[in-house]
Amino acid sequence: MKAFIAILRRDIKLSLRSGMDSAQPLIFFVVALTLFPLGVGPSPETLERIGVGVIWVLALLAVMLSLDRLFQADAEDGTLEQLALADLPLELTVLAKCLAHWLMSGLVLVIASPLLALLLHQSPETSSVLALALLLGTPVLTLIGSIGAALLIGARRGGVLIALLVLPLYIPILIFGVNAVEAEVMGLGGSAQLLILGAILLAALALTPFAAAAALRLSME
Amino acid sequence: MHKYANPLRYQRIADAIFPWVLVGAVILTGLGLYQALLVAPSDYQQGEAYRIMFIHVPAAWMAMMIYGMMTVASIVAIIWRHPLAEIAARAAAPIGAVFTAIALITGSVWGKPMWGTYWVWDARLTSVLILLFLYIGYVALHDAFDDPARGARAAAILCLVGSVNLPIIKFSVEWWNTLHQPASVLRVDGPAMPASMLTPLLIMWAAYICFFVAVHILRTRAELTDRKIRNLRLSVAEPAE
Repeated sequence: MKAFIAILRRDIKLSLRSGMDSAQPLIFFVVALTLFPLGVGPSPETLERIGVGVIWVLALLAVMLSLDRLFQADAEDGTLEQLALADLPLELTVLAKCLAHWLMSGLVLVIASPLLALLLHQSPETSSVLALALLLGTPVLTLIGSIGAALLIGARRGGVLIALLVLPLYIPILIFGVNAVEAEVMGLGGSAQLLILGAILLAALALTPFAAAAALRLSME
Repeated sequence: MHKYANPLRYQRIADAIFPWVLVGAVILTGLGLYQALLVAPSDYQQGEAYRIMFIHVPAAWMAMMIYGMMTVASIVAIIWRHPLAEIAARAAAPIGAVFTAIALITGSVWGKPMWGTYWVWDARLTSVLILLFLYIGYVALHDAFDDPARGARAAAILCLVGSVNLPIIKFSVEWWNTLHQPASVLRVDGPAMPASMLTPLLIMWAAYICFFVAVHILRTRAELTDRKIRNLRLSVAEPAE
């Protein structure tokens, strides 16, 4: 447990001290979001209609773009080997790194989402459900993404490939995340979709570290 | 099972099977198409257009079967590190991708007269589209490393992760209200299809399987030869240094 917390603290510290790097997902989120009112027109009805979907898609992309921070630097300077040699099982190391990554990317997006929802003319009820759905969904994005990031250590065209590997696996999160908010807005109650998101989160917490750790071991052979 | 992992033994068995599946693929495709296009009665609701089913349905089955086969091969490759299993999975991927594309394209051609649209974003269609992306991602990841062995192992892990999509495809028509019809062949109470339609469907499926096995043998053989050449080159190059 001590080692787990140590890795967690190390990653958060590294991320905070790298300056602008840690804010990148949020900056991407905001900048890309401003493109939509300009692209589809600023009419409140249109923005209200597409807002939830836009925020979800941008959250997916923002997390995906930040995935290279997860293992890349550690793999390059050899820290990863040291972590693999440590007593802590590599699966838990992955979990700690994912948690740190999520705190610095997904959680920031969740906190920022009500403000952005406001910019897209969403009602307060919508944005609160959206924030809840994002809270359940974004950790899964990091966890699934960790598999892709681990597989791509040392690959030639990592940047484009990560989208091809990870985005198809993100689709269920997007579907249930958007559905939850839309069902809530239409008065049907989104609790079923939120429960499914929670179930996916638990399954991802239990299973993805094994796949990511296997991929990491492979990269160190 | 381990004795089949020997490439030489594989070559012998594959060489013995190859002419049969090749002939089988040709004959069964001819027979199946004849039955499907000329013998099978037209549908009372869909008229003649339903005949696209005989291409579409077996292709969709193959798309899933091949991914399932790749998953099994990947498990074998990860656990026992059999190079032949890695080669088998990689050789199957492009064939599976093409069958998936055939299923999607014929499905959308069929969807136009029946549903009035080429494409709907329902669960079945979307999950099959994801399957196509997984096939492409598998091949791309496999070939993204300078060290082929590393790419093969990475792709095997991706293949296992992607296999969660298979049950989603299979049950998507039951879990969600989709425009795509539910299963009509593999059902508890027997196929919801008269024998005159089921027979050509199964013949086409058998033809596809023979085709797949034949092409798979060709591709695996080519890869084995390729590795042999690479090893020979390396062994020639070494003493020269």
